[in-house]
Amino acid sequence: MHGPTSTGIPTRKLGMWTFIGSECMLFATLISTFLIYRGRNVVGPYPEELLNIPFITVTTFVLLMSSLMMVLALAAVQRGQRRASLLWLFMTALFGLIFLTGQYIEFSHFVHEGLGLSRNLFSSTFFVLTGTHGAHVAGGVIWLGTLWILALRGRLSPERAETVEIAGLYWHFVDVVWIVLFTIIYLLR
Amino acid sequence: MAEHTGEPHVSNRFYVVIALILAVLTAIEVMVFYVEALAAVLLPILLVLMAVKFALVVMFFMHLRFDSRLLTGILVWGLFIAVSITLALMAVFGKFAG
Repeated sequence: MHGPTSTGIPTRKLGMWTFIGSECMLFATLISTFLIYRGRNVVGPYPEELLNIPFITVTTFVLLMSSLMMVLALAAVQRGQRRASLLWLFMTALFGLIFLTGQYIEFSHFVHEGLGLSRNLFSSTFFVLTGTHGAHVAGGVIWLGTLWILALRGRLSPERAETVEIAGLYWHFVDVVWIVLFTIIYLLR
Repeated sequence: MAEHTGEPHVSNRFYVVIALILAVLTAIEVMVFYVEALAAVLLPILLVLMAVKFALVVMFFMHLRFDSRLLTGILVWGLFIAVSITLALMAVFGKFAG
Protein backbone atom coordinates (compact mmCIF):
# COMPACT_ATOMS: atom_id res chain seq x y z
CA MET A 1 0.00 0.00 0.00
CA HIS A 2 1.29 3.46 -0.79
CA GLY A 3 0.23 6.86 0.40
CA PRO A 4 -0.17 10.18 -1.41
CA THR A 5 2.77 11.47 -3.44
CA SER A 6 4.15 15.02 -3.66
CA THR A 7 2.99 15.28 -7.29
CA GLY A 8 -0.44 13.79 -6.66
CA ILE A 9 0.37 11.18 -9.31
CA PRO A 10 0.85 7.52 -8.33
CA THR A 11 4.57 6.68 -8.41
CA ARG A 12 4.18 3.71 -10.80
CA LYS A 13 2.18 5.82 -13.25
CA LEU A 14 4.75 8.62 -13.16
CA GLY A 15 7.46 6.01 -13.69
CA MET A 16 5.68 4.57 -16.73
CA TRP A 17 5.29 8.01 -18.31
CA THR A 18 8.98 8.73 -17.69
CA PHE A 19 9.80 5.38 -19.33
CA ILE A 20 7.59 6.31 -22.29
CA GLY A 21 9.42 9.64 -22.59
CA SER A 22 12.75 7.82 -22.75
CA GLU A 23 11.36 5.31 -25.25
CA CYS A 24 10.50 8.21 -27.58
CA MET A 25 14.22 8.92 -27.76
CA LEU A 26 15.10 5.27 -28.39
CA PHE A 27 12.72 5.04 -31.33
CA ALA A 28 13.87 8.47 -32.57
CA THR A 29 17.41 7.15 -33.01
CA LEU A 30 16.18 4.09 -34.90
CA ILE A 31 13.83 6.15 -37.09
CA SER A 32 16.64 8.63 -37.77
CA THR A 33 18.92 5.82 -38.92
CA PHE A 34 16.17 4.43 -41.16
CA LEU A 35 15.54 7.85 -42.75
CA ILE A 36 19.23 8.67 -43.21
CA TYR A 37 19.88 5.46 -45.14
CA ARG A 38 16.62 5.54 -47.09
CA GLY A 39 17.21 5.40 -50.84
CA ARG A 40 20.92 4.61 -50.50
CA ASN A 41 20.73 0.91 -51.30
CA VAL A 42 23.43 -0.36 -53.63
CA VAL A 43 21.87 -3.79 -54.14
CA GLY A 44 18.29 -5.07 -54.23
CA PRO A 45 15.69 -6.21 -53.52
CA TYR A 46 14.43 -2.66 -53.06
CA PRO A 47 11.62 -1.74 -50.63
CA GLU A 48 9.18 -0.64 -53.34
CA GLU A 49 9.39 -4.16 -54.78
CA LEU A 50 8.47 -5.88 -51.53
CA LEU A 51 6.40 -3.63 -49.25
CA ASN A 52 2.80 -4.85 -49.26
CA ILE A 53 0.71 -1.82 -48.29
CA PRO A 54 -2.74 -3.54 -48.23
CA PHE A 55 -1.41 -6.32 -45.97
CA ILE A 56 0.28 -3.90 -43.56
CA THR A 57 -2.82 -1.70 -43.53
CA VAL A 58 -4.80 -4.65 -42.17
CA THR A 59 -2.26 -5.39 -39.41
CA THR A 60 -2.12 -1.67 -38.60
CA PHE A 61 -5.90 -1.66 -38.25
CA VAL A 62 -5.67 -4.68 -35.94
CA LEU A 63 -3.14 -2.92 -33.68
CA LEU A 64 -5.24 0.26 -33.61
CA MET A 65 -8.30 -1.74 -32.58
CA SER A 66 -6.26 -3.51 -29.88
CA SER A 67 -5.91 -0.09 -28.25
CA LEU A 68 -9.70 0.14 -28.17
CA MET A 69 -9.86 -3.31 -26.54
CA MET A 70 -7.27 -2.19 -23.97
CA VAL A 71 -9.16 0.90 -22.95
CA LEU A 72 -12.39 -1.12 -22.70
CA ALA A 73 -10.54 -3.62 -20.47
CA LEU A 74 -9.43 -0.82 -18.14
CA ALA A 75 -12.96 0.59 -17.99
CA ALA A 76 -14.33 -2.89 -17.17
CA VAL A 77 -11.79 -3.37 -14.35
CA GLN A 78 -12.58 0.08 -12.96
CA ARG A 79 -16.29 -0.80 -12.95
CA GLY A 80 -15.65 -4.20 -11.35
CA GLN A 81 -17.00 -6.10 -14.38
CA ARG A 82 -14.95 -9.31 -14.17
CA ARG A 83 -16.28 -11.09 -17.27
CA ALA A 84 -15.87 -7.99 -19.43
CA SER A 85 -12.34 -7.52 -18.04
CA LEU A 86 -11.44 -11.08 -19.02
CA LEU A 87 -12.94 -10.67 -22.49
CA TRP A 88 -11.25 -7.36 -23.36
CA LEU A 89 -7.86 -8.31 -21.91
CA PHE A 90 -7.99 -11.53 -23.94
CA MET A 91 -9.01 -9.67 -27.10
CA THR A 92 -6.23 -7.10 -26.66
CA ALA A 93 -3.61 -9.85 -26.33
CA LEU A 94 -5.16 -11.75 -29.26
CA PHE A 95 -5.03 -8.69 -31.52
CA GLY A 96 -1.42 -8.18 -30.45
CA LEU A 97 -0.66 -11.76 -31.43
CA ILE A 98 -2.38 -11.26 -34.81
CA PHE A 99 -0.19 -8.21 -35.40
CA LEU A 100 2.93 -10.21 -34.51
CA THR A 101 1.85 -13.01 -36.83
CA GLY A 102 1.52 -10.45 -39.61
CA GLN A 103 5.00 -9.18 -38.86
CA TYR A 104 6.35 -12.75 -38.95
CA ILE A 105 4.69 -13.33 -42.35
CA GLU A 106 6.15 -10.07 -43.68
CA PHE A 107 9.65 -10.85 -42.39
CA SER A 108 9.51 -14.39 -43.80
CA HIS A 109 8.41 -13.06 -47.19
CA PHE A 110 11.30 -10.58 -47.24
CA VAL A 111 13.88 -13.23 -46.33
CA HIS A 112 12.38 -15.61 -48.91
CA GLU A 113 12.83 -12.89 -51.54
CA GLY A 114 16.50 -12.53 -50.60
CA LEU A 115 16.19 -9.52 -48.29
CA GLY A 116 18.03 -10.75 -45.21
CA LEU A 117 19.11 -8.60 -42.28
CA SER A 118 22.46 -7.65 -43.80
CA ARG A 119 21.45 -7.61 -47.49
CA ASN A 120 21.33 -3.82 -47.88
CA LEU A 121 20.85 -0.59 -45.91
CA PHE A 122 17.07 -0.81 -46.13
CA SER A 123 16.90 -4.34 -44.76
CA SER A 124 19.27 -3.61 -41.86
CA THR A 125 17.45 -0.49 -40.72
CA PHE A 126 13.99 -1.93 -41.45
CA PHE A 127 14.48 -5.16 -39.51
CA VAL A 128 16.08 -3.42 -36.52
CA LEU A 129 13.38 -0.73 -36.37
CA THR A 130 10.30 -2.92 -36.86
CA GLY A 131 11.92 -5.78 -34.92
CA THR A 132 12.44 -3.52 -31.90
CA HIS A 133 8.82 -2.46 -32.14
CA GLY A 134 7.74 -6.10 -32.50
CA ALA A 135 9.73 -7.01 -29.38
CA HIS A 136 7.81 -4.31 -27.51
CA VAL A 137 4.51 -5.76 -28.77
CA ALA A 138 5.60 -9.26 -27.67
CA GLY A 139 6.47 -7.92 -24.21
CA GLY A 140 3.06 -6.28 -24.04
CA VAL A 141 1.28 -9.50 -25.00
CA ILE A 142 3.09 -11.36 -22.19
CA TRP A 143 2.18 -8.57 -19.75
CA LEU A 144 -1.48 -8.75 -20.85
CA GLY A 145 -1.37 -12.52 -20.37
CA THR A 146 -0.31 -12.10 -16.74
CA LEU A 147 -3.11 -9.59 -16.20
CA TRP A 148 -5.61 -12.00 -17.74
CA ILE A 149 -4.49 -14.72 -15.31
CA LEU A 150 -4.87 -12.26 -12.41
CA ALA A 151 -8.37 -11.41 -13.62
CA LEU A 152 -9.20 -15.11 -13.97
CA ARG A 153 -8.19 -15.66 -10.34
CA GLY A 154 -10.37 -12.74 -9.25
CA ARG A 155 -7.37 -10.65 -8.23
CA LEU A 156 -8.06 -7.70 -10.51
CA SER A 157 -10.54 -5.70 -8.47
CA PRO A 158 -11.36 -2.01 -9.07
CA GLU A 159 -8.88 -1.19 -6.28
CA ARG A 160 -6.12 -2.64 -8.48
CA ALA A 161 -7.19 -0.85 -11.66
CA GLU A 162 -3.96 1.15 -11.61
CA THR A 163 -2.10 -2.07 -12.51
CA VAL A 164 -4.16 -2.36 -15.70
CA GLU A 165 -3.91 1.38 -16.39
CA ILE A 166 -0.09 1.20 -16.39
CA ALA A 167 -0.08 -1.82 -18.70
CA GLY A 168 -2.53 0.10 -20.89
CA LEU A 169 -0.21 3.12 -21.08
CA TYR A 170 2.56 0.82 -22.35
CA TRP A 171 0.24 -0.83 -24.86
CA HIS A 172 -1.07 2.46 -26.23
CA PHE A 173 2.50 3.74 -26.56
CA VAL A 174 3.36 0.69 -28.66
CA ASP A 175 0.34 1.61 -30.78
CA VAL A 176 1.36 5.26 -31.26
CA VAL A 177 4.89 4.19 -32.21
CA TRP A 178 3.36 2.04 -34.95
CA ILE A 179 1.22 4.97 -36.11
CA VAL A 180 4.50 6.80 -36.77
CA LEU A 181 6.30 3.79 -38.27
CA PHE A 182 3.40 2.94 -40.60
CA THR A 183 3.58 6.42 -42.11
CA ILE A 184 7.36 6.71 -42.27
CA ILE A 185 8.22 3.22 -43.51
CA TYR A 186 5.29 2.30 -45.72
CA LEU A 187 3.56 5.46 -46.94
CA LEU A 188 6.21 8.15 -47.36
CA ARG A 189 7.90 7.84 -50.73
CA MET B 1 -2.95 -2.58 -2.29
CA ALA B 2 -2.65 -0.23 -5.19
CA GLU B 3 -4.32 3.12 -5.42
CA HIS B 4 -7.86 3.18 -6.78
CA THR B 5 -7.96 4.96 -10.14
CA GLY B 6 -11.72 5.55 -9.95
CA GLU B 7 -14.42 5.35 -12.57
CA PRO B 8 -13.62 5.58 -16.29
CA HIS B 9 -13.26 9.16 -17.56
CA VAL B 10 -15.69 8.67 -20.44
CA SER B 11 -18.20 6.11 -21.72
CA ASN B 12 -17.35 3.04 -23.78
CA ARG B 13 -19.25 4.58 -26.69
CA PHE B 14 -16.86 7.53 -26.70
CA TYR B 15 -13.88 5.16 -26.93
CA VAL B 16 -15.52 3.36 -29.86
CA VAL B 17 -16.05 6.70 -31.64
CA ILE B 18 -12.35 7.55 -31.19
CA ALA B 19 -11.38 4.12 -32.58
CA LEU B 20 -13.65 4.66 -35.60
CA ILE B 21 -12.04 8.04 -36.26
CA LEU B 22 -8.61 6.38 -36.08
CA ALA B 23 -9.72 3.72 -38.56
CA VAL B 24 -11.12 6.33 -40.96
CA LEU B 25 -7.95 8.42 -40.75
CA THR B 26 -5.86 5.32 -41.52
CA ALA B 27 -8.05 4.59 -44.54
CA ILE B 28 -7.58 8.19 -45.73
CA GLU B 29 -3.80 7.85 -45.32
CA VAL B 30 -3.74 4.78 -47.54
CA MET B 31 -6.08 6.34 -50.13
CA VAL B 32 -3.91 9.46 -50.30
CA PHE B 33 -0.87 7.22 -50.86
CA TYR B 34 -2.44 5.77 -54.01
CA VAL B 35 -3.61 9.09 -55.53
CA GLU B 36 -0.87 10.19 -57.94
CA ALA B 37 -2.30 13.72 -58.19
CA LEU B 38 -1.49 14.24 -54.50
CA ALA B 39 2.12 13.07 -54.78
CA ALA B 40 3.46 16.63 -54.45
CA VAL B 41 1.64 17.21 -51.15
CA LEU B 42 1.85 13.65 -49.84
CA LEU B 43 4.39 14.47 -47.13
CA PRO B 44 2.45 17.26 -45.35
CA ILE B 45 -0.88 15.40 -45.64
CA LEU B 46 0.55 12.19 -44.17
CA LEU B 47 2.40 14.03 -41.40
CA VAL B 48 -0.76 15.89 -40.36
CA LEU B 49 -2.87 12.70 -40.38
CA MET B 50 -0.16 10.88 -38.39
CA ALA B 51 -0.03 13.70 -35.83
CA VAL B 52 -3.82 13.73 -35.44
CA LYS B 53 -3.91 9.95 -34.87
CA PHE B 54 -1.02 10.20 -32.41
CA ALA B 55 -2.78 12.99 -30.50
CA LEU B 56 -6.12 11.14 -30.37
CA VAL B 57 -4.51 8.06 -28.81
CA VAL B 58 -2.47 9.93 -26.20
CA MET B 59 -5.26 12.35 -25.31
CA PHE B 60 -8.14 9.90 -24.99
CA PHE B 61 -6.85 6.31 -24.80
CA MET B 62 -3.87 7.28 -22.61
CA HIS B 63 -6.09 9.83 -20.80
CA LEU B 64 -3.65 12.75 -20.99
CA ARG B 65 -6.67 14.96 -21.69
CA PHE B 66 -7.93 14.19 -18.18
CA ASP B 67 -4.64 13.67 -16.29
CA SER B 68 -2.06 15.91 -14.64
CA ARG B 69 -0.29 18.36 -16.95
CA LEU B 70 3.00 17.10 -15.55
CA LEU B 71 2.47 13.86 -17.49
CA THR B 72 1.79 15.81 -20.68
CA GLY B 73 5.00 17.74 -20.01
CA ILE B 74 7.01 14.53 -19.65
CA LEU B 75 5.72 13.21 -22.98
CA VAL B 76 6.13 16.53 -24.81
CA TRP B 77 9.69 16.89 -23.51
CA GLY B 78 10.53 13.35 -24.65
CA LEU B 79 8.97 14.03 -28.06
CA PHE B 80 10.80 17.36 -28.37
CA ILE B 81 14.16 15.68 -27.82
CA ALA B 82 13.18 12.79 -30.12
CA VAL B 83 12.18 15.08 -32.99
CA SER B 84 15.27 17.23 -32.41
CA ILE B 85 17.52 14.15 -32.59
CA THR B 86 15.87 13.06 -35.83
CA LEU B 87 16.06 16.46 -37.53
CA ALA B 88 19.63 17.08 -36.37
CA LEU B 89 20.89 13.71 -37.60
CA MET B 90 19.11 14.11 -40.93
CA ALA B 91 20.68 17.55 -41.35
CA VAL B 92 24.15 16.24 -40.43
CA PHE B 93 23.82 13.47 -43.02
CA GLY B 94 22.67 15.90 -45.71
CA LYS B 95 19.08 14.71 -46.08
CA PHE B 96 17.83 18.30 -46.41
CA ALA B 97 20.49 19.34 -48.92
CA GLY B 98 19.37 19.92 -52.48
